[in-house]
Amino acid sequence: MIRRLMSLALATIVLAAVTVSASIADEKFIIIQSTTSTQNSGLFDHILPAFRDKTGIEVRVVAVGTGQAIRNAVNGDGDVLLVHSKPSEEKFVADGFGISRADVMYNDFVIVGPASDPAGIRGSRDAIDALPKIAESETPFASRGDDSGTHKAELRLWKAANIDAAASSGTWYRETGSGMGSTLNTAIGMDAYVMTDRATWIAFGNKATHEIMVEGDPRMFNQYGVIVVNPEVHPHVKAEMGQVFADWLLSKEGQAAIADYTVDGQQLFFPNANDGSS
Amino acid sequence: MDGFWSVLGGAFALVFALDPDLLEIIGLSMRVTLTAVFFACLIGLPLGAAVGVFRFPGRTLLTVALNALMGLPPVVVGLVVYLMLSASGPFGPLRLLYTPSAMIIAQMIIVTPIVAALTRQVVEDLNREYAEQFASLGVGALDRLLSLLWDARYSLLTVALAGFGRAVAEVGAVLIVGGNINHVTRVMTTTIALETSKGNLQLALALGVVLLAIAFTVTACVMALKASAVRAAYA
Repeated sequence: MIRRLMSLALATIVLAAVTVSASIADEKFIIIQSTTSTQNSGLFDHILPAFRDKTGIEVRVVAVGTGQAIRNAVNGDGDVLLVHSKPSEEKFVADGFGISRADVMYNDFVIVGPASDPAGIRGSRDAIDALPKIAESETPFASRGDDSGTHKAELRLWKAANIDAAASSGTWYRETGSGMGSTLNTAIGMDAYVMTDRATWIAFGNKATHEIMVEGDPRMFNQYGVIVVNPEVHPHVKAEMGQVFADWLLSKEGQAAIADYTVDGQQLFFPNANDGSS
Repeated sequence: MDGFWSVLGGAFALVFALDPDLLEIIGLSMRVTLTAVFFACLIGLPLGAAVGVFRFPGRTLLTVALNALMGLPPVVVGLVVYLMLSASGPFGPLRLLYTPSAMIIAQMIIVTPIVAALTRQVVEDLNREYAEQFASLGVGALDRLLSLLWDARYSLLTVALAGFGRAVAEVGAVLIVGGNINHVTRVMTTTIALETSKGNLQLALALGVVLLAIAFTVTACVMALKASAVRAAYA
């Protein structure tokens, strides 16, 4: 009896597994290489159903750091890039891997830290003033250290502040080498300051006593751009469907969908396609 | 962070809510892992048995290699499989990257050495016991292999379970080659990693409890089958 029951249970599990596999049909889809901030904040879950309903195209999102996303796209493992490091994006297009680049939306970076604020930077609107205080007080600072868009933006700020943070790596400057969320978890675990994009921070569920310390510095502007991967380099790239997606993102409808997305009443991304900048 | 019990409660709530997304993720986890373990056994069992029974040059080296490969780092396997399946890689035209098949391939590579190495040990020990009998009966090489595998079947079930355990808990490789794409390649472990990175530690932990419960159920079923089969065999 028990044996029969167990066989039944096992058979059910196997059957369920097979059924699920059968239900994943081969449909019209594109792969977009994007960043963790867009995925973790829930933006894609909010805007993609509308796009799918309209065009019938399924968008499969691979969310990694900007650096890795671009490298994957260079290898031809994606049809569209949606990332946030303009210099790297422009290089990607200049090198012939992308057709063209367009601004999609922006938000900003913020520096968050423990409520005790050991470096005394609360309320600062000037990152170039705040970062040296963190360095001087040798308060732990968690860096992504993963060549992501956020990491590159952070490095630009250290450079502007004339501080060689990497020289202190392993002491107060701690490179986690992981995604935004993992880095936030780490920073919270060791009472460290950390720079994050605002969208990830607002949607983040493990804030503990950390709060925003520095915000509103124009240097912490965070622009997202979209690029369709060049089919001349990788002939299998679904450039046509990719272009449909890029066009939709930049259209009134797509821009409205982005502006529409809020968490706790706060808008996370601000559409700015066709604002004049390239 | 609330107590452990509320997390446990949350895990049960998740399962009994029968959330279709969660069921899909569990289903894909099982499909990928069971398929990978099946193919790993298909290769690993005969390979391990052959190494355990036959004498041939390089046998010791192969044994050491199999044992060492049990510790294959999943991230490295993921990276190698990514480079192989990438559009710029040798198997790019197959378009397998970011599909469940890619995840099965990666897990298969991780599990096969475990199955082969453990099988070798089991079969070698049994062969020592049977050697005289085989010799006196003049049993051929292939028959020897098959009868050893058959007689060791209950131990080999545990070997397969060891492989299952490794595969079902694995996250590094499937994350790289699967891409954790919602409704396509998202499995239990990558979901747990994602929710952790979103700071949803409770949900992540609850999913971990669910995963543990599934592994427990599968293992319990296999063990119970084995126990009743043993009883039937010696009754």
